[in-house]
Amino acid sequence: MEPRAHSVVMDEEKCKGCTNCIKRCPTEAIRVRGGKAFILTERCIDCGECIRTCENHAKKAVADSLDALQQYQYRVALPAPSLYAQFKSEKPEKIIAALYQLGFDEVYEVAYAAELTTCAIQQYIRDYQKTDRTEVYPLISSSCPVVTRLIQIRFPSLLPNLIPVDPPYITAAKCFLQHRLPVLSLSREKVGVFFITPCPAKITDLNVYGKHLVDGAIPISLIFGKLNQILYQKKLSPSSPQSSGVGMGWARAGGENFAVKFENTMAVDGIQNIVALLEEIEMGKLHDIEFIEAMACPQGCVGGALTIENPFVARVMIRKLAEHYGDKALPTKVEAMYKELTQKDSRFFIHDQVIPAKPILKLDGDLTKAIKKLNQLEEIVAKLPGIDCGACGSPTCRSLAEDIVQNKAQLTDCIIILREQLEELAQRLLVLAQIRPPAMGWETGRKGEKNDSEGTSSID
Amino acid sequence: MTELTETRVLLEFPVEGGNFPAAGEAASKVKKTLQKLGIDSNLTRRVSIATYEAEMNIVIHADYGKITLQVDPDGIWIRAEDRGKGIPDISQAMIEGFSTAPERVREMGFGAGMGLPNIKKCADLLEISSKLNIGTTVAMGFYYPTAKRESGQSKPN
Repeated sequence: MEPRAHSVVMDEEKCKGCTNCIKRCPTEAIRVRGGKAFILTERCIDCGECIRTCENHAKKAVADSLDALQQYQYRVALPAPSLYAQFKSEKPEKIIAALYQLGFDEVYEVAYAAELTTCAIQQYIRDYQKTDRTEVYPLISSSCPVVTRLIQIRFPSLLPNLIPVDPPYITAAKCFLQHRLPVLSLSREKVGVFFITPCPAKITDLNVYGKHLVDGAIPISLIFGKLNQILYQKKLSPSSPQSSGVGMGWARAGGENFAVKFENTMAVDGIQNIVALLEEIEMGKLHDIEFIEAMACPQGCVGGALTIENPFVARVMIRKLAEHYGDKALPTKVEAMYKELTQKDSRFFIHDQVIPAKPILKLDGDLTKAIKKLNQLEEIVAKLPGIDCGACGSPTCRSLAEDIVQNKAQLTDCIIILREQLEELAQRLLVLAQIRPPAMGWETGRKGEKNDSEGTSSID
Repeated sequence: MTELTETRVLLEFPVEGGNFPAAGEAASKVKKTLQKLGIDSNLTRRVSIATYEAEMNIVIHADYGKITLQVDPDGIWIRAEDRGKGIPDISQAMIEGFSTAPERVREMGFGAGMGLPNIKKCADLLEISSKLNIGTTVAMGFYYPTAKRESGQSKPN
């Protein structure tokens, strides 16, 4: 089966053709045409900003349902730490127990994998500090797949700044397959590994890069109701978490930074804030920062588009949980596990594939043609009103100009220009309407016109 | 000459002296333009950094100025012209850490004396001319990765 390139899709029936989503998209990946929004797949980074914006719920994430569990003999849940912040009065012990109750045979926490990821990032930065390649600072975490995709598309020159350590959800699956699967004495296809995700971007990332690792992704928003029911109805015997507060803390903005603990670090959350920061880095600023944690969702993964709890509330919850389970230092068993895994395979935590640039913003592959198109584009921009109303279906006047240059739209898609042309036409019509043919001239009985028509007829 | 105008992009961006909130906008527009043209990302970054530094110099030191971007099949040419106090000693200004930026500007984190040295590092060609109390012109040239060296004797404008 062809891997799905995107998990964010349109529900055409629900779309009213409003322009809210096109204005919020950080890569200008949405257009409204024929009264419906559609996503330009090559530009979409699955940030979920449109899911959050759409009041008609016409954007949704393609994910797996709980029915998918039925296909497997042994079902494994990889819960993202943000799941723990969705239930106000329940601790992870009970939430994990509820996952077992729901039909999973094993729960392998992504929070635990986040602790291993912490070790891998620390190691990468320490190794990097030993080299003299300081021109690449600041190093940027690739834990948020949206940020990685954003860099591929809008900031390809910053690809060398990305730390090539796998995000925790990938590492969790890798660890499970490496460590737990052999113990189970079950063949791989009998085991179903399911990631419980706070966002669509991680679903896409798994579809593209992790098909062999994970068999499905279930949104927190989908599983929440069922877990809530179990937690409410049943008396569960608690099942203690593998992870400490360090890994749980990763679910909030700043948590990864807090875990990684370097002197000059910075945490940024919210896609627009990240765009602004990456702009600065591309201008050669922030050289004195060693490490940047960047989370596309407001407040971090707890603000994911597929979560339930208010991101601010959830962020506080995570902070409290992290403190409760200890977030001052990594547990020694985690460091031992990290050593064991890297001794066997020094690249265990490193991306399998090189992350390529996706320069989709260019007008043409040929420079001469691109120059021609750019000049046309500037000419069109000068004609457009510059009010970025979005009524043409493109997010800004500039993007409409680009669409026109690429033959995907026309000048009269601009309602202001259309009105101007209509006005001209109407005035011409009026002028034409006032010109009377000679035969009618005297019939109107109006003196001036009669004279006029007499005048013209006299030429004959 | 008509041929040249058909195969080049020529854009001008005004820069206002002392307007720190808007500082960097010209460089950002230059960068977006180069991305639209499909220019190699590392080259784009070099041009952006050099343009940003030149823009900051205008913002910090001059009254007003403009940045001109020209892209043609030979390369990318940036010209930062300003009306202002000018540079008394250009070779001194090229030294890393040398700065005449006032204290209030340095407190903002700018004017560390790295602007012109940074530009020199980024650009393939650099020409600075300045007249005291009239203004400064910084002209930079950048060659495309494959065409570097071969096409590099003369530059337009």
